[in-house]
Amino acid sequence: MAVTETTGTFMGTSVRRKEDAGLLRGRTTFVDNLTLPATVFMAVVRSPYPHARITSVNLDAVRAAEGVVAAFSGADLAQDWTGGLPCAWPVTEDIKMPTHYPLAVDEARFQGDGVAVVVAESRALAKDAAELVEVDYEPLGSTADVEKALEDGAPLVHDDLGTNECYVWKLDSGDVQAAIDAADVVVTRRYFQPRLIPNAIEPRGVLAQVGPTDEVTLWSATQVPHILRFALQLVIGIPESKIRVIAPDVGGGFGSKLNVYAEEALAVTLARRLGRPVKWTEERTENYQATIHGRDVVHELTFAATSDGTITAVKSIAKCAMGAYLQLVTPGIPLLGAWIYSGPYDIPNYSVTFTGVFTHTTPTDAYRGAGRPEATYVIERTMDALARELGVDPIELRRKNFVKEFPHTMASGLTIDAGDYDACLERLLELLDVDAIKADQASRRAGGDAKQIGVGFSTYNEMCGLAPSRILGAIRYAVGGWDAATIRFQPLGSVQVVTGTSPHGQSHETTWAQIVADQLGVSVDEVEVLHGDTAVSQQGMDTYGSRSLTVGGIALYHASQKIVGKARAIVAHQLEVSEDDLEFENGAFAVKGSPDRSMDIKAAAFQAHAAHNLPDGMEPGLEETAVFDPPNFSWPSGAHAAVVEVDTETGDTRLVRYVAVDDVGTPVNPQIIDGQVHGGITQGIAAALYEEGAYDEEGNLLTTTMTTYLVPSAAELPSYETDRIETVADNPLGVKGVGETGTIAAAPAVVNAIVDALSHLGVTDVPIPATPERVWRAIEEVRS
Amino acid sequence: MRHVALMANGVRHELEVEPRELLVYVLRERLGLTGTNVGCDTSSCGACTVLVNGEAVKSCTMLGVQADGTEITTIEGLATNGELHAVQQAFHDHHALQCGYCTPGMVLAAVSLIDSGAATDEAAIREGLEGNLCRCTGYHNIVAAVADVAGVA
Ligand code: FES
Ligand code: FES
Repeated sequence: MAVTETTGTFMGTSVRRKEDAGLLRGRTTFVDNLTLPATVFMAVVRSPYPHARITSVNLDAVRAAEGVVAAFSGADLAQDWTGGLPCAWPVTEDIKMPTHYPLAVDEARFQGDGVAVVVAESRALAKDAAELVEVDYEPLGSTADVEKALEDGAPLVHDDLGTNECYVWKLDSGDVQAAIDAADVVVTRRYFQPRLIPNAIEPRGVLAQVGPTDEVTLWSATQVPHILRFALQLVIGIPESKIRVIAPDVGGGFGSKLNVYAEEALAVTLARRLGRPVKWTEERTENYQATIHGRDVVHELTFAATSDGTITAVKSIAKCAMGAYLQLVTPGIPLLGAWIYSGPYDIPNYSVTFTGVFTHTTPTDAYRGAGRPEATYVIERTMDALARELGVDPIELRRKNFVKEFPHTMASGLTIDAGDYDACLERLLELLDVDAIKADQASRRAGGDAKQIGVGFSTYNEMCGLAPSRILGAIRYAVGGWDAATIRFQPLGSVQVVTGTSPHGQSHETTWAQIVADQLGVSVDEVEVLHGDTAVSQQGMDTYGSRSLTVGGIALYHASQKIVGKARAIVAHQLEVSEDDLEFENGAFAVKGSPDRSMDIKAAAFQAHAAHNLPDGMEPGLEETAVFDPPNFSWPSGAHAAVVEVDTETGDTRLVRYVAVDDVGTPVNPQIIDGQVHGGITQGIAAALYEEGAYDEEGNLLTTTMTTYLVPSAAELPSYETDRIETVADNPLGVKGVGETGTIAAAPAVVNAIVDALSHLGVTDVPIPATPERVWRAIEEVRS
Repeated sequence: MRHVALMANGVRHELEVEPRELLVYVLRERLGLTGTNVGCDTSSCGACTVLVNGEAVKSCTMLGVQADGTEITTIEGLATNGELHAVQQAFHDHHALQCGYCTPGMVLAAVSLIDSGAATDEAAIREGLEGNLCRCTGYHNIVAAVADVAGVA
């Protein structure tokens, strides 16, 4: 780890958030709070059928309705598109890539596919008018089932592709078959991880303004203003240089706003046609159909092991639903887990196969964890299955197979820089007191209690911090994974930081200020972080995949070093000493050995701006930019445990305790880390116990509102017990990602706990979400 | 159109509203009080919670005309003379908000819960906030903040 000269005072402390001042007072800029003069409002008419031919769209009645400014069918707008909505990750050479226009033209391919659009003088009038659009549909065959969609004769999502198989992708290393043949124990388990609907509490929203010579300003509730700007050029043909995308306050994303959506392109195109600003705010029911979903994967996972519990091979075969179209990174989501099917374990033989499958459903894409929760769930559930098969303690089995030395190159080929899996587990066990839980369990079992207790574990490692650009190129991702930071001293000493990351809850205004303040020796209060507006932050790759700190944060570090370097040159020149004779500490340069001869960095900033006496050839000003491309991914890890109480008469499961010990490297702001962990864990627990985006076989969404899709409230959850161990990551700040850890870890811990609670009855698996009915059925099945 | 007179954050407003207009849209679109958010269309999320005559109400469940004669407090009206309300301050201190979208509703629901005397322990706080969804925080720090103000931490 590089040594920095400044003694940090803010890194590692729980500085209270700068973001809160506006958010707590309701002084917010969420897109739906913004309106421009003469704004008109857009409503999208959506297909009620999972698959149908559009035989006619009649807009006469709607065009005559009160307040209606314009109405268009997909065919009416076809000439406006220079390309379809982009998919940036064609994972194989022969992947099937259907064109995806913002409105369907002759066929609707999922329930919620947009078929027409109405623009009116108010939100309510647009909504009323949308009801008047007459669309004639000829319903066609459809399927929502990822396995049935691959069967012969299954209704095709895209006839012209001739198949629902989007791609087959493989990663093999070692000789898995030989290891399986030679194994003492082989365990194969099948799992279905259902759809999850991300449910950012702020739905999506856009406001588009287009000037007379096509100058576009688009406000969008997006995680990715820079990617969106780039993509808009592809879809609408206006050069990026004329496009400004603003992500103002954004109310959560969890991957769902890491995308380029039809409504973004539609609003711009309509604003351009109509010469008026166009606004659209998603309704929740619409969100469930028109914003991407996560998961929907069927796995078959195999572990081969020797009788002493050494795992010799892992083999994963998965069918992954794409939905009806490929959104921004749909096909690549499974790949984000592809390298970590060995978990935190040292497994020499390795095979992963993914089949991407089109179904008549809302497209899938990144949802918190993206690929890694899928992998971790099947690994950690199967670890418990293997432990049962071998008759050993699941904790012992994990310990035995842990990677012990770092850096460690996995069978999958990537190298983990730092970690200490044993230390995480040991700390977890200290906090947990397994003996007490097991004693309680034994007494309840002996007493034949209706309510049984169980404890489940999940030890994980994950790959985040997207991403080294060369690796992205090698796995066919279309763009890079670097990020940018600019640091600018104003003449009077305040500091502006411009970041290419785009926070929507992650607290970059605070944590980026902490990092920069320490490097420059100024106060957090003197550092203002600007983000989320491509006119201000001209380059960046935005926020997703727990990348912001380990990519954007390291860019900040490098820009800080450049600032200090230039300031040092100015000070050396003015004090007439050599640069090597200067020490920089607490924001001041002092001549070694004569500390009274010094100049602070703010004075140097003023000198840089005044430019009266700079070294020959130096440009005035004190502003530096760094673009950082990470050499490796980031590798957080941890050990989590859940304790559940299961009512064996009703199947009702209550989460009693949740304990998490994570290694997310050197902490920047412990309180903010804890917040990320709490939120992440909650989404994993929700996947285990409550949430499922359910379709019927044909692709009619059954969970259309928050009354049937059960986002947990405070009442369903306990407070969490969290702690950290710290290993220093191989970057100048020693930091790792944290945004997705909890979600990756939690679901298998909870389900392993349920199985543990019921293991004396013979239960070995419960489908997720483990609703009371499913748990009850699992018990009934083994009883009968 | 119906005539409605109401007090919002101490300011008297008289306006004509359509009978079908929900209170949340009267607040946001007619009075410009955009601090109150909308997160659903089924009265499930609580993002729109405001105080009506001191009690927490999901403003998407009430018509604007029903607010005639009431006193409403939205998040914009909770601080006094720039001083954060104790619940706002506790949310800040405990890091009980991330994206902040649920926060106005969550804070006002918490104010009402504490004022009613029902925030007697952690379980009661969790039950009491059941109608307000947060997708970011996992509720842990929200519950801690409310417990702190209620004096049951
Ligand atoms: S907006 Fe969701 S409850 Fe009112
Ligand atoms: S802070 Fe984001 S929804 Fe609660």
